[in-house]
Amino acid sequence: MLRLLARSAWLLVGLVAVTGARAEAGAAPAKVSVQVPDTLAQRLQPCMACHGAGGRASREGYLPRIAGKPEAYLYQQLLNFRDGRRANPAMASLLAYQTDAYLREIAGHFAALDLPQSPPPSQGAPGVPAALLARGQALVWQGDATRKLPACAACHGQALTGTQQAVPSLLGLPRDYLIGQLGAWQTGSRRALLPDCMAEISRKLAADEISAIATWLASQPVAVTPAAATTADRASGLRCGSIEAAR
Amino acid sequence: MSRPARRSSGRLALAGLAGLVGLVLLLVAARIGIELAPPVASPPDSSAQQAAWAAPAMIERGAYLARAGNCAACHTQRGGAAYAGGRAIETPFGAVFGSNLTPSLAGGLGAWQAGDFWRALHEGRSRGGRLLAPAFPYTHFTHISRADSDALWAYLRSLAPVDAAQQPHRLRWPFGTQAALAVWRLLYFRPAAIEPDAGHRSPLARGAYLVEGLGHCSACHAPLNAAGAGSSLAAAAGRLSSAGLLPQAGWIAPLLTDPGHPGVVGRSTEELVQLLKTGVSPQAAVMGPMAEVVAGSTQHLRLDDLRAMVLYLHSLVPAAPGPLPITQPPASDRRPANDLMTQGEKLYVRHCADCHGGQGQGAPGIYPPLAGNRTVTMDSPRNLLQAITQGGFPPGTAGNPRPYGMPAFDLSHDELAALATWLRTRWGHDASALSAVEVLKAR
Repeated sequence: MLRLLARSAWLLVGLVAVTGARAEAGAAPAKVSVQVPDTLAQRLQPCMACHGAGGRASREGYLPRIAGKPEAYLYQQLLNFRDGRRANPAMASLLAYQTDAYLREIAGHFAALDLPQSPPPSQGAPGVPAALLARGQALVWQGDATRKLPACAACHGQALTGTQQAVPSLLGLPRDYLIGQLGAWQTGSRRALLPDCMAEISRKLAADEISAIATWLASQPVAVTPAAATTADRASGLRCGSIEAAR
Repeated sequence: MSRPARRSSGRLALAGLAGLVGLVLLLVAARIGIELAPPVASPPDSSAQQAAWAAPAMIERGAYLARAGNCAACHTQRGGAAYAGGRAIETPFGAVFGSNLTPSLAGGLGAWQAGDFWRALHEGRSRGGRLLAPAFPYTHFTHISRADSDALWAYLRSLAPVDAAQQPHRLRWPFGTQAALAVWRLLYFRPAAIEPDAGHRSPLARGAYLVEGLGHCSACHAPLNAAGAGSSLAAAAGRLSSAGLLPQAGWIAPLLTDPGHPGVVGRSTEELVQLLKTGVSPQAAVMGPMAEVVAGSTQHLRLDDLRAMVLYLHSLVPAAPGPLPITQPPASDRRPANDLMTQGEKLYVRHCADCHGGQGQGAPGIYPPLAGNRTVTMDSPRNLLQAITQGGFPPGTAGNPRPYGMPAFDLSHDELAALATWLRTRWGHDASALSAVEVLKAR
């Protein structure tokens, strides 16, 4: 009997709840659908969480800054993630079922995105030997002719902020990201269109050289928001599939 | 009866029983032997047949059917040449690798005849009779008509040959052995009897043909047993069971006819057709493994075929599903603690409300409503948790070429439990609350 009473009490509550909800819905035009801006920034919310203003990409950690990189470079990277030439499960699953046309549009969005640069991690951080920085600096600017190792600046520009159409800036990126990329080229888990010039270069580098280059690059300030240099000043003598594809 | 006599009659019964068991074993062994015996070789394709298969109309029909079967999904490596194989498909028994379907003599189907291809689809046997692993869904493809098999064959013959050798499967012993496959087939597979006009008699028959046969929807959307054997959606309909778990993907394939699952119950034909054609509809957006299906298969299908598929799926829904359970008051023992609800609401307001709306109303066709959303309320919270933690884009399709995406949210198990519980008990939802441990288990 008690149980029956309890049950009917619940039934009553239920009825009130249902009719209450109906009354509410009738009274207020509350459930107006959300108004969504028809912009790429809105469509690309999954990307912005890491790569947008206030995103998690910074000079620390691992996530790279992509705003302002050349459109052709970004487009190649989106294709590489989608098609398995770069191994990042999160990027691969985000892009898996997107069309070339949309990826090109996404690349254009981030190429045009003007975000303030974050400052490099404090200069001369304790524990970074000066010799390591000097070694890195020398490799970036001079390379090593005896091993046919071109200077980074030969392709990435005298400001190291990249060249059109497809060479990215090396500044403003976290050290771990830079190490990760050179390492991935060595092992083949990052690939570009053939001929893969960066794979060729990376394989010539010793582990401590990769560390030196990445540490020096990551410690450099980026004075102004760099517009990628418009002219390529290529003295490396290497052929790069990703640059050729962009022409 | 004297004691010795009783003993001898017992011995006789025992001997009889042993004989019977032996006989059964012998029959089973014979049946397995038949499974393992190489079948008669297929006759070589005649020149008339070859001419028919070179006809553009035939190739085009085959291309369409290959889309309907989403053959490329398993038979193409990411970024690789279409149909050249090499993709690893994870199963509970190990990984299998999609084979090379291009007409290459080095690794592809270059040496095959149309009859070999038909036997692969219809009987699950490779050229020469080797039994194929049922990850190749021949339990569904056995329903494909010979005419459609030949059209598919014509299309595959038209592809540029790609030399790529078959990677050996990585199945745990004994699952990949011919003997194990023979036993499995004995238990779970009989080649279907096919009428010549299968799938063309009526829209309903066409829908059944596409859903259960060529499109093999039921491979994921009907439950599998422990031996990895599936059933048809027709057999699964009305059974309130858990749906197909996609083992490596972390998602659950909803049982499409279950009123508690995000399936076809209570949804209009037009909405479902729109969802399959474009990847989004006013009520839903496709995420997870289904995005691959929409991108590679259903967006390319004709509207009449999509309508036929929905017609068939609707026909399987048990009569009068009644009102959806979302208007019931929550049972008292299910009421989550207040602090959990407060935390859940805070998380919703901070992370979700901008897109899905303060009342879970969403933006139809862009961000799906969460109020009344059966991905939110279905028994297993797996897909809800996947959506929150992985985010993603619906597939880019001709009908929705620039999809709006959802970010991945990096929340702790406690936060996920609070948010999911709030969603599952809000807006009249009456789904179970979740603890952090349940969240952990479901991921």
